[in-house]
Amino acid sequence: MGRVIVCDGNEAAAWGVTLARPDIVAVYPITPQSSLAEYISQFVADGILKAELIDVEGEHSVLSVLQGAALAGARTFTASCGQGLAFMFEPYFRTPPLRLPIVMSIVTRDGISPQCVWGGQQDAMTVKEAGWIHMYCENAQEILDTIIMGFKIAEHPKVMLPVNVNHDGNYLSYGVERVELPEQKDVDAFLGEKSINWHAALDPERPMGVDPLTGGAGGAGPALFVKYRKGLCKGMQNALKVIEDVHQKWAEIFGRAYAALVEEYCLEGADYAIVTIGSMSGAGKDAVDLMRDRGEKVGLIKVKTFRPFPIKAMCMALSKVKAVGVVDRSVSFGWNSGPLYQEVLSSMYFLNRRVPTVSFIGGLAGSDITIEHFKFVINITAKALAGNIPPEPIWLNEKCTLCGD
Amino acid sequence: MKQQALPAFDPSGIPDDLCPIATDHLELRTGDWRAERPVVDRDRCVKCATCWVYCPTQCIIEKPTWFEANLEICKGCGICSEECPHHAITMVEEREE
Repeated sequence: MGRVIVCDGNEAAAWGVTLARPDIVAVYPITPQSSLAEYISQFVADGILKAELIDVEGEHSVLSVLQGAALAGARTFTASCGQGLAFMFEPYFRTPPLRLPIVMSIVTRDGISPQCVWGGQQDAMTVKEAGWIHMYCENAQEILDTIIMGFKIAEHPKVMLPVNVNHDGNYLSYGVERVELPEQKDVDAFLGEKSINWHAALDPERPMGVDPLTGGAGGAGPALFVKYRKGLCKGMQNALKVIEDVHQKWAEIFGRAYAALVEEYCLEGADYAIVTIGSMSGAGKDAVDLMRDRGEKVGLIKVKTFRPFPIKAMCMALSKVKAVGVVDRSVSFGWNSGPLYQEVLSSMYFLNRRVPTVSFIGGLAGSDITIEHFKFVINITAKALAGNIPPEPIWLNEKCTLCGD
Repeated sequence: MKQQALPAFDPSGIPDDLCPIATDHLELRTGDWRAERPVVDRDRCVKCATCWVYCPTQCIIEKPTWFEANLEICKGCGICSEECPHHAITMVEEREE
């Protein structure tokens, strides 16, 4: 086992980045990601991280710089969130189809407006269809571990896709925990030789046109465009297996096992379950333990990998319960529910079995989702199991007092 | 810095649905998009190269005593016609022959 430190999630992320030995890091600070950028900057200044740190004038340039760096063969990292991610969207969408294995932390933050600077997963959830792999972390250790695994997943020849390692703004970014630092030599062995631009390169020695024109209504254009779109979808589906394999390998080398796609917690003998994502899962598990002690047959389903969405793993978990309450930390405005709730509903189609569901939305704009909230969620879901299904989503933190109903 | 010699780029090992690159010319011809064709009046053209400078697709080619557009590339935007100081370029509607 390596050194043990006490640090917050942003510092844990910076350590994960450092251990992965990127060549180029470009960042632009934005709350609650800023201290992550500052840790990386400090590590570079101290000579701990031997990467070139590029301070650019905004997030659009951050990712544009990294695209060029990746095309030149560099291992690259950045971090952003909220409005910064919004400003980054143009190169953000361009990255997956170019199959550039860039790793980026999204230190999730709620969407503006109304004005707020606090956590929430609205930013990451809003860009979920852009072709990046999205993994959500539960604690600081998982952030560090997942960032290193992120490079391995992104650079896998059957994947070659950018990876977002998401952690909750405020609760994980500033929450201080015990974190084990893996040994550098073990991380080096785990990651192996980097191979970034074997498929598309900016290199005068072997010239090629990168991202030439396709599409249109005539000639070979439309078929070309479809081919690359299908190729990206295939890479995403390949990623499901690769993400599992990489987590398995991580557990073997470093002794920390995470559910790579979907975690089933206390589903044995459960009648119903709550579904969570990100840091709220800790409080959710505590609440499940407490309610189990009271004889409630409740379990928890945690989604770690949100893109590609692990339909089979979700169906496997859903097949064990007879009702679910899904807790989202963001809003799907078009569906009057949370986006994770939509994914659970869609997965259920493949299950060929419908069970009562409840959509909960909580933890917006920095508000906490406490054990008390989860007890409330569990009680409502138990009522749904008995046939009393709320017709509308239930907004936690809607009232100033806890869980008033 | 020591320059490392790289092997010549070999695209054969790359899945052809991975990402759009081009090591050869693509068949896609922007000239197919054209609705109007620039026609040069060779008597008026003085080879001042104004069209050559302004053409956004850089498709103007030099001839012995005049300039004209490479019609495989020219999208028919008409900028050359607009900018020509000698009014030597007329845009003519493309029709199926």
